[in-house]
Amino acid sequence: MRGPDVSTSAKLASAISAQFTARARWSPLEVLFWLAALATIWLAPDHHLILTEIVIWALLALSLDLILGYAGIISLGHAAFFGIGAYTAGLLAKHALVSEPVLALLVSGAAGAAFGFLTSFLVLRGTDLTRLMVTLGVALLVREIANRAAWLTGGADGLQGIGMEPVLGLFRFDLYGHTAYAYSLVVLFVLFVIARRIVGSPFGLSLQAIKGNPLRASAVGIGQTWRLVGIYTLAAAYAGVAGGLLTQTTAFTSLESLSFDRSADALLVLIIGGTGHLYGGLIGAVVFRFAQDWISAATPQYWQFWIGLFLVLIVLVGRDRIGSWVAPVRRLADRVSDWRAWRRPPAVEPTAPGEGGRP
Amino acid sequence: MVTILFDGIAYGMLLFVLAAGLSVTLGLMNFVNLAHGAFAMAGGYAALVVVNRLGVPFGLGLVAAFLFSAALGALLERTLYVHVYAKSHLDQVLFTIGLVFMSVAIVDYTMGSSQQFIAIPPVLQGQITVLGIGMSKYRLMIIVICGVLTALLQLGLTRTRFGSRLRAAVDDQRVARGLGINVGAVFALTFALGSGLAGLGGALGAEILGLDPIFPLKYMIYFLIVVTVGGTSSITGPFLASLLLGIGDVAGKYYVPQLGAFVIYTIMIVVLIWRPQGLFVRKGAR
Amino acid sequence: MRVKVLTPLAVALGLMAAGPASAQGVVKIGVIEAMTGQQQSTGVQTLAAMRLYMQQHGDTVAGKKIELIVKDDGAVADNAKRLAQELIVRDKVNVLVGFAVTPTALAVAPLATEAKIPTIVANAGTSIITERSPYLLRTSFTLPQSSVIIGEWAAKNGIKKVVTIVSDYAPGADSEKTFTEAFTKGGGQVVEALKVPLAAPDFAPFLQRARDASPDAVFVFVPSGQGATFVKQFIERGLDKAGIRIIGPGDVTDDDLLNGMGDQVIGTVTAHMYSADHPSELNKKYVEAFKKANNGLRPNFMSVGGYDAMHLIYEALKKTNGDTNGDKLMAAMKGMAWESPRGPISIDPETRDIVQNIYIRKVEKKNGELYNVEFATFEAVKDPGKAKK
Repeated sequence: MRGPDVSTSAKLASAISAQFTARARWSPLEVLFWLAALATIWLAPDHHLILTEIVIWALLALSLDLILGYAGIISLGHAAFFGIGAYTAGLLAKHALVSEPVLALLVSGAAGAAFGFLTSFLVLRGTDLTRLMVTLGVALLVREIANRAAWLTGGADGLQGIGMEPVLGLFRFDLYGHTAYAYSLVVLFVLFVIARRIVGSPFGLSLQAIKGNPLRASAVGIGQTWRLVGIYTLAAAYAGVAGGLLTQTTAFTSLESLSFDRSADALLVLIIGGTGHLYGGLIGAVVFRFAQDWISAATPQYWQFWIGLFLVLIVLVGRDRIGSWVAPVRRLADRVSDWRAWRRPPAVEPTAPGEGGRP
Repeated sequence: MVTILFDGIAYGMLLFVLAAGLSVTLGLMNFVNLAHGAFAMAGGYAALVVVNRLGVPFGLGLVAAFLFSAALGALLERTLYVHVYAKSHLDQVLFTIGLVFMSVAIVDYTMGSSQQFIAIPPVLQGQITVLGIGMSKYRLMIIVICGVLTALLQLGLTRTRFGSRLRAAVDDQRVARGLGINVGAVFALTFALGSGLAGLGGALGAEILGLDPIFPLKYMIYFLIVVTVGGTSSITGPFLASLLLGIGDVAGKYYVPQLGAFVIYTIMIVVLIWRPQGLFVRKGAR
Repeated sequence: MRVKVLTPLAVALGLMAAGPASAQGVVKIGVIEAMTGQQQSTGVQTLAAMRLYMQQHGDTVAGKKIELIVKDDGAVADNAKRLAQELIVRDKVNVLVGFAVTPTALAVAPLATEAKIPTIVANAGTSIITERSPYLLRTSFTLPQSSVIIGEWAAKNGIKKVVTIVSDYAPGADSEKTFTEAFTKGGGQVVEALKVPLAAPDFAPFLQRARDASPDAVFVFVPSGQGATFVKQFIERGLDKAGIRIIGPGDVTDDDLLNGMGDQVIGTVTAHMYSADHPSELNKKYVEAFKKANNGLRPNFMSVGGYDAMHLIYEALKKTNGDTNGDKLMAAMKGMAWESPRGPISIDPETRDIVQNIYIRKVEKKNGELYNVEFATFEAVKDPGKAKK
């Protein structure tokens, strides 16, 4: 009875591997999305400032999506990592410790990651509520430290006097934000690709298993602690890079980068776009920033009202239901990407064993 | 010295009245209401309008604040909140943050953006000296009012029929329903009561905390700290936490002004790590 | 002018890099103010005054139509910088005005230099601001102006021991430093210097500390809007009964909030550049028109900064015959002198900072309302923060 057993498991293995390959494949819609983003470099030169900001929001929301959408951790303090990255980049540039922006950005990410790693142990325990409070508390504490350490951070006046060197020694940051936008977009794309690989990997899938049902996940042998620590640290690194980008593209940073508003807005951005599919933060950032720009131009004093109303409506209508409205679009996307006609659920024998069945 | 303690207690008491409603919604109904401060602000402005514009006596103004916020709480509970109870914490957070933003803009639009003050009667102004200790009359009044309220609240929850119904409804909604308790009504009433208390606190605190459109955002964090440190399973927990916070905050600013808000945030995080359910939890509570 | 974009990338993209060029016949004024957040009263007052000026003087100057583009920065420096950049690049504004707090003005300074845009600080009061860019001017005031005056005045008027209480940010530090210098030079002694966090303050513990030091007076600077809370708690704590007086720059007895403070505030002595009670014909008209246009809101010292900023722009445009070139406008603005609702003022051609009278005022009741009544005048005060250098 061993024979068939082996062959089923081999088939299963190849099916799973096919599934992974399919997940890793870029659908035409995705390609289109990134081509459109790339095209804005040439097509919308007047809007590069706002676009840069969108990219930074997108990266922050993407980072939040990694922990909220893929690991189910609610955070109200994501600005802590963002701000740490922002101040790291600012200080590096101000004191000319690491003057090349790309290198400095890596350091910012590392600083975010280090702090994320340290604080990740605090959020492992407890319920949603405890996590909310702990993340909020940590962010507040970091902000207060930055406020008090005025000799280092400039305190309430912000970190003044940052001079940016050209990117890679070649591209100078200009007043119109052209370099800044191209630079930010490249960073976002690279980090997006990495995130995409990670959430599609067995590690990413195991995280979703934990999110879905922690008890069952541990029953089938998926250990939680290190997986959660890992994703939290990764998300913190992403947020740190986002903060670093903000400092580098504006040559300025202040306590605002650590504020509660930033954490809350990051959450809002992610919710607008939807959690758990990486593109949520990206789409949300576009919608959020243009809406904010438009509303606050119309009523500078009362734009918060409309943002608030929007949040209330989202919840009352139900995020799932809104999700189902866009479902046809996503299904269309799936169909387009299915044109190779073999994207099937696992466990059934793969229709194209030649392609999927790597030994 | 004693004056500092006195100020701390007054501040703590005030925080308790403001946050008591939140500890009920959060602890008993398991609902994250970040918009709690908006009800406090509503009460503050209600008192402002009746006292300053209509010339109603200050005491009645406080009553008006309570009633207005309670009514507002009941209304919103029935129309909006009731749909959100069953949703995830994330939804609750988003929903209530949305309400905060809206309240800030609405108050700004209707009442103006600058800080405002409720006219308090001359009787309550200035200080009295008892045994060589200078005490502000207004803060003394806060302590008295809040003390009485705390006692009433504790009695109400443990000794009255409504209190036991509430606890039953919280422990097991389905069984409570089976016993003929109208769970929806109990929740609505509790919510209204909590909002009313916040409104009263907002009116009382206008003199000390200030009253402006961004009030809900400014103090949200304080309310949350009270509830987290105090735990959510009883009234005494948040009460002790409020006192601790009030005295700690005032004393900290007096003796080590350089440290600022550090102390409070650190306490909160340490407590959360050490006792995730709060410091003062009854044995056997969920 | 052409911004030199050396990046091969940008060159390859063939991006236009033209300097700020306005549409035909329109002068765009970018207003960056705090319309939300803790400083929003400043934004509301300043913008109301700017609109009032346009209403009184028409929206066409030297054949050009004036257009305001208002952006809310919430008094956050990051936002101010971003909005300024957007206004310059996308909206192609000719002049920037506003800046409710010092950090926002500092953040925008490098942009003003790079884009050569005249930038008028209508509110923020830290001395160093105008040194950060040759394109910055100020129509508000500097904290040293009033702090030094009140310091000298206090030393001459029987005040020997003072506790200072200031908000913990640049303007606070500025005013504490310059006051202390002037006051100790006049023979006074500062027994304790306290700094209060900028956000959400309960002054009680600080006031208690001040009281325990039993000084003759407390010198206070808090941002516009917090003054009322301070005075209330000062009195609640019985510092007035203990014979301690409040002195300081006029921020603490802000006209906007004065009536809400109650009668106990009567007698407070401050030094400042504007009072709604300033006894000039122009000011009476100004106050009346301002109240009429804004539901009875009383103009405060922030509002005149906005009003005079508009005057500066209008007059400069008349001088250049409508030319909006940044350097020409700057040249026209430097050294300009005129009569403002606050009294005679001018722009120092060297420092681009404001030169104005500083008045010593005392809070009094007039016709049932509280006012800062001026009783002594120090004429044409330059910014002491710079005069020293």
